[in-house]
Parts: sequence; C-alpha cells; structure tokens
Amino acid sequence: MKHRLRSIIPDRLRRRTQRQYLIGRAFNRRRALRSTVDRTAQIRKGDILAFVTLRNERVRLPHFLDHYRKMGVDHFLVVNNDSDDGSGNYLAQQSDVSLWWTGASYKRSRFGMDWMNRLLMRYGCGHWCLTVDADEFLIYPHCDTRPLPALTDWLDTSGRRSFPAMLLDMYPRGNIEDQPYSEGVDPFLIARWFDPANYTIRKNPFFGNLWIQGGPRTRTFFAADPLSGPALNKIPLVKWDRRYAYVSSTHMLLPRHLNLVYDENGGERVSGCLLHAKFLSTFADKSAEELDRRQHYANSKEYQAYHAGLRRGTNLWCSESREYQDWRQLEDLGLISRGHWA
Amino acid sequence: MTGQVRLGVVLLCHAQLDMAARMARVWAKGGARVAIHVDAKVSGPATERMKAALADLPAIVWSPRHGCDWGRFSLVRATQDAAEALLDSFPDVTHVYLASGACLPLRPVRDLVAYLAQDPDRDHIESVSAHDVGWTVGGLNEERFSLYFPLDWRKRRWLFDRLVDWQRKLRVHRRLPRGLTPHLGSQWWCMTATTLRAILQDPRRAEFDRFFRYTWIPDESYFQTLVRRHAIRIESHSLTLATFDHGGRPYQLYDDHALMLEESRCFVARKVWHKAGHLLDHFPRPPHAQPDLSPPQPQRIERLINRTVRRRLLGRPGLYMQSRFPRKDAENGKTSAPYAVFQGFSDVFPDFERWLADIVHADVHGHLLGPEMVEFAGRPMVGRGAISTSTLVRDHDPRGFLTALIRIAPRMQVFQFSPRDNQALNWFIATDPNAHIHVIAGAWMLPLLECDMPFDDIRRVTALLQRAELQHLEVLNSVWVKARVQVHELTDFLARPQGLLLQALQHLPVAGPHDTLPRMRNLDGLTDLLRRLRNSGLRPRLSEDGLPLPEITLSERTAAE
Repeated sequence: MKHRLRSIIPDRLRRRTQRQYLIGRAFNRRRALRSTVDRTAQIRKGDILAFVTLRNERVRLPHFLDHYRKMGVDHFLVVNNDSDDGSGNYLAQQSDVSLWWTGASYKRSRFGMDWMNRLLMRYGCGHWCLTVDADEFLIYPHCDTRPLPALTDWLDTSGRRSFPAMLLDMYPRGNIEDQPYSEGVDPFLIARWFDPANYTIRKNPFFGNLWIQGGPRTRTFFAADPLSGPALNKIPLVKWDRRYAYVSSTHMLLPRHLNLVYDENGGERVSGCLLHAKFLSTFADKSAEELDRRQHYANSKEYQAYHAGLRRGTNLWCSESREYQDWRQLEDLGLISRGHWA
Repeated sequence: MTGQVRLGVVLLCHAQLDMAARMARVWAKGGARVAIHVDAKVSGPATERMKAALADLPAIVWSPRHGCDWGRFSLVRATQDAAEALLDSFPDVTHVYLASGACLPLRPVRDLVAYLAQDPDRDHIESVSAHDVGWTVGGLNEERFSLYFPLDWRKRRWLFDRLVDWQRKLRVHRRLPRGLTPHLGSQWWCMTATTLRAILQDPRRAEFDRFFRYTWIPDESYFQTLVRRHAIRIESHSLTLATFDHGGRPYQLYDDHALMLEESRCFVARKVWHKAGHLLDHFPRPPHAQPDLSPPQPQRIERLINRTVRRRLLGRPGLYMQSRFPRKDAENGKTSAPYAVFQGFSDVFPDFERWLADIVHADVHGHLLGPEMVEFAGRPMVGRGAISTSTLVRDHDPRGFLTALIRIAPRMQVFQFSPRDNQALNWFIATDPNAHIHVIAGAWMLPLLECDMPFDDIRRVTALLQRAELQHLEVLNSVWVKARVQVHELTDFLARPQGLLLQALQHLPVAGPHDTLPRMRNLDGLTDLLRRLRNSGLRPRLSEDGLPLPEITLSERTAAE
C-alpha cells in the first residue's frame, strides 16, 4: 500500500503542477489579446458558449455560425489571429460574437490554447463551453431532433462535466480541388465521405485520455510514418470551471477526471463527432500559406505532408469510404454512442 | 358515470415554474381541482409570476411552502400539506392524483376521469413489499427502513456513506411501528379521497411520521406503506409513466418521443425536458367525443429504456471506441462475430487460402498479422473499413485492428496464422468465445524445406519460431481458453489430412463442394532436416517418429488430384 501511494502521489502532483502552470500561462497571455468587439455583457446564466481561434476563415464562417446557432449556441467568443481576408470585419458585424485580435505567434501560444484557456477562464466558468475550430462541426446523438441545451441539461443531470467528440475527417470523392467550395454552403454536401473503421486507440495513462489516430490523413499523408499521424480524440464540450485547463489542443484537459469520458467496464457512455471540413477546395491555398508561416504543430509536418500530397492532386477517397448520412449511421458504425440518453 | 369522480391534483413544483404553470393550467382546464406546492427554495419573484399566470383559474389552492430535498421527508410533508389543502378547499374531490410540475398529461383529463370511474374505489398506487428484493434501482432496499438517515445524500455524500457503514457495524436495526409492513413504489400515485383522508387523519399519524422522518427516500415508501392499512382495493401500478435509468435518475422525454408516448396510451408521463416545445404543444391530446377507456400500455417505451440501459451497462460486443474502451476481461464480448484462425494449414497446403475462399461464404484472408504486410483477401491497398495494410498501424493497436475488421465486415472473417506473425493477440483470441482456432502444430517448419537459406539461418529461425509456437500452445492449453480450439500435431494431421480438414470446415459457412483436397506441399527432406537440426544442438519439438514416409504423402497427393 505504501509503495502504491508513493507511485501515485508524484503523478498527481505532476498533473497539478502542470495544470497550475497552464492556468498561469493563460493568465499571462491576457495582454496578447486585444478586445475588438466585446458583447460578453449579453451572456446570461446557463448560456452555451463557443470559443474559437481562427485565421483567414472568411469563406467558412457563415455556415459555421449558422450551424452552431441552429444547434443552440448562444454566444461566440472568437480570437482572430491576424486574419487579412475580412474575417474580423465579418465577425464584428455579428450580434452574438465577441471578438479579440492578436498578432502573437500561434505556435508560441501553444497553438492558440493559451488564448482559449484565457477566455475560458474569464468567461466560461459555470457555462457549457464548446471549444472548436472554424472547420469542426459538432454532431451528437439525436442532434436532428434535440438541440444542444437538451444534451447539456442531460449531462448536468447525469453528473457529467465533459463530452467527447472524436474528429472525423470528411473528404470529397475525387480530387479535393475539383469541387469548389463557395461561401455559406454546407461543406458536407461536397466533403461527404469518411473512413468508417480504421481508427487505432491507445490509452494515455498519465492524462487518462484515449489517443485515437487513423482516418484518411494517416492513410494517405502519413502512410510512411503512420504513428506520427494526427490525434483525433477531442473533448470539445466542457462545463467549465476556473480550475480547468486544456493541455494539448482540445485533445485532453486537466484535471484528469475530465478525460475519463469512456466506460472501462464494457458499457458505453455518450459521445459525438466533430465532422472535420478541412479537405475542401480551399485547402490547397491554406496549406501553402501555413507551410510558409510554419506555425503549426511539429514544424507543420502535417502541412508539409499535405502539400506534397496535394500537389499531386490528392484524392482521399477510396473504395471503402462511406458516404455520410446522419448520426444514426455513425452510431451503427460505432463511431459515436448515445450511451443511455434514450 | 363520470359524475361520480371529481379529480383533484397535487402538483409539486421545484424548478421550471413556467412549465409547471402550464401543467397546472392543463389540469385545471380539464376540470380537475389543483393544489400547488412550490418548493421554498424557488425565488419569490418566480413564484409570484406563476401565481399571476394562474390567477384566472378558480380551482387552484396554494399550499404552505416547504424546502424540499431529494430523498428527505420534506417531500412527504409537502405532499401531506398540499393534499390536506386540496381536500379542505374542495370537499367534493373523490380522487387525488399526485404529479409534479414536470409531469405531462398525455391523454385528456376526461379520459383519466372516465378510467377512474370504472372502479371508483380502487387506489392506483404502486406498492411492492420491500421484502421482495429488487424494486429499487441503484440504492438501498430493506435498509431504507432499518437504519437512520438524517443526512442529505446529495449534499453530504461522504458522511452519509460513513453513517450507513457505522450503523451496519453497530447493527442498528430500527423497529417498524406496529402493524406496518414496509412497501415501496413509484412516488406518483392516484388515490381515492377516502383512502387519502384515512392516511392523513390516522390517529397514529404522528408515530408514523416520526418513523418515516429518518427513513431513506420516504416519498417512495410513506404512502406506499400506509395505503396497505386503509385501502379497499389496490391496483399496484402507477398511472404515471416514470422510467429510471440504472442510476435511479428519471429519464427525460424529448420531442422525438412524441409518437411513442402517444402510442403508450399512458395518462401522465415524466419527466419532460422543459424546452421540449413540441411535446408541450402536442399533449394532452384533444378529447374524443367518447372518452377513451383503454388502459395504459407502456411496454414499448419501457423496452426502449431497457435497451438503452443495456447499451449503457453492457455496450455493443466487440466495439472499442472513444466512449467504450473496456479493460481486459471486462469487454462483455471481445469481438462482435464468430471468426476462424487457421494456423499451419497454409504451410501444409500452399494454396489453402484460395481453395478455402472458393468453398466457404466468408472473407478468407492471408496472414492478417504477418510481418511483411496485412494480407487482406485479394491483397487490396486498403482493407475493409479502409483499414490500413501497414503493419506499423496494425501493431500499434492489434486488438483494435482485429475487432474493427470483424465489426465492419458483413461476412465471417477467416485468416491464417503462424508463429512468424505478431503474437500480441494470442491471449485475446484464445479467451474469445467467438474464435475458432485450428492449429497444425509444427507445420511452420515445412516452408523451410523449400528455402535456400544457409543452414545456420534455418537453425536460428527454427529456434525462434519453435519458441513462439510453444508459447502460443501454452496459451491454448491454459484453463482460461474460451475459444474453440483444435490442435493437431503435424504427424497426426498428415496421417489423415482429409478427415481433419473437413472437421475444421465444420464451423465455417461452407458454400461450395469440397470433396477435393488442396495441393499439399512436398515433404521430401523433412526427416533429414529434423535430424540435422537435432544434431546441431536444437531439440525440435517435432520428431520424425510417425512422420509419414514420402511414398504415403505422394500417394495421398495423387489421390487428391
């Protein structure tokens, strides 16, 4: 017993130290964010908030805001990382958006997570907070008939504070550039295919989260080095508390219990999906630009791989791809689960 | 007929007063008298708003407010006071229905009245003897009555649990008031005014209240126990559809349940999500010309709830995903469908894979766990479900690889195995009841006969593979095996290949004719190789004793061809 205690305490201490470091770091970045439009006074008790970091996403924004507004998100808190395509102006005109501008380095603020942690800490406490990118669209069981507040109310009554939603890469059939994406259109009318069953899962014993990899990116761009493919596990929806902090993107949080969103006794907990609308015609330009900026994870290794692939006219589609229908299809495939939310 | 029944409703409201006001209006409009109890914890303005919203309805009384805590006697106290207020203000009430502000009447109140009028002396209250274990979900049963529960479980959980532990240790056993048999049941009931008055005006009520004050969740036992003292006829079934999950929390009802609720023919359902606008608009259904007397049939909705509880507790077998990642041996179904593993067959019969694919209705793969690549049937670039053929990916999560493949494929999966392959899944497959494992022990040596490696390398490879196979056979011989395992020594197999091969096919979905054997490998030189290996210091497990002489193998082969 004594031996076990000794081996447990250091991990807990380490996690606590790391959490406090992350919170302190986020607090330190408060001056990096310059408030452009502050409508946070509109936020009421019980509102669902969305936290977004973006750069040059003007084309995608109308559908993004539309999707989450319909779902029941009440307010958007957006960090505009030096966009030059009019994203800032567009967002400033939206009545439910509060906007911050920053010119600081994306990479040196832990890929935007310092900014997100800062805003979450300042505005998110006591709210259900959805932290997503502009190309991530949440899908959850019953999402066609029940709005997001139904889910969060239910999570509240079941005593859950976090909700997992794995990232599901969507892609078009044929070359990515072939079907141009235009503003306001549902991106999943074009990118409506996905990989059904090629996901590998490992448990991270320190943070307690599951490490999920696979999907079309690992299959094509990272074929030579599949183990360094991107992580797909995400916990985007959290009932925030000032003691919480995102550790690495929205893949995992501290304290650890927020990562334990899965059942280990054979049962299923509730989970959803973030449909990833990255692979559209807009992507080639974006990857070229991001490659120049070198602001992404692991020296933009992902973007290098994409760019090398995309120049050849990349087709992510394969004969085993499935066409997206609805959340029931994802549930049948075992990508999401309704748990006991009947 | 309906003139005999005058319905009164006790409405307990804790939160979401807007919805509660709406429900009160539904009841009152339907002709019921309503007594409303609002939790003392609800803010004053909200209560005033509710009162203002209902000001135009005459048949409503407001009972004294108590602060209600879940699982405490305060809920019973609130019910008692509200019931008294109702019976005092409206002496003509013949039946009292206990409902909450989140209970939605599904059928017209007139239907309910007509239904009650069929047998006006009957009390509709679920009342199950606490000695019959099993009514409660996720909680205490008989100990509810025999221990003291002075604390709030939700607020002081730790202390609550300690108190229960101490009392168990000290063997505390409260005595029930004389004449009572503990009964439990749904807290939502409909009693006749006669029975209710008898309970409320019982000369021993003070004694009973004193006892129940410190029982656990008295709102599920107070009336349910006392009704047994006074009732004439009890229909031990609640008229309110209230379903609980495995943790004892009530299920929420949403817009998409509308059809099922309508079909259930229940009178009242709970608990309705407060923003389920469609449900609130749709129900109660408008009355028909003739009151509908059909009884509630909640079976379908209860089946749905049971199905989801099962999914939450047991999950889908063979599924590993972001919200289901069972620890070892808690999988509740390691894989989702039967599959077969053939070890050594492709060594004895080089064309075994193709031969088998022709005669069985299944996906026959090569060495799925092989060291060079994942040999999917037909060797495509990506396998079923877009599973990668990369060994790196597969070996990163071999269990996920196999279970995902079995789950995504519509047909049975069959694959080859050998000591050369990744051995990480040996225990997993051996302890999986879905697995059919057929092994020809020692057959891995046959391909070495045809290779032109130097003898030193052959010796080294033999040593490695033999060790791997011995470890695997140890697994297959352990007492933990759940798979169907057939292990044949190579010599035994070669003695009667056709019989043993057919035996192995028995569990497969055989589609075509299979009276011919596949081509067998030439075994020339095996005895010689074994001797050389033995002389070089190895101890080959496979002895040449009983190995068929080359002639016999040849004759078998010609017979097959």
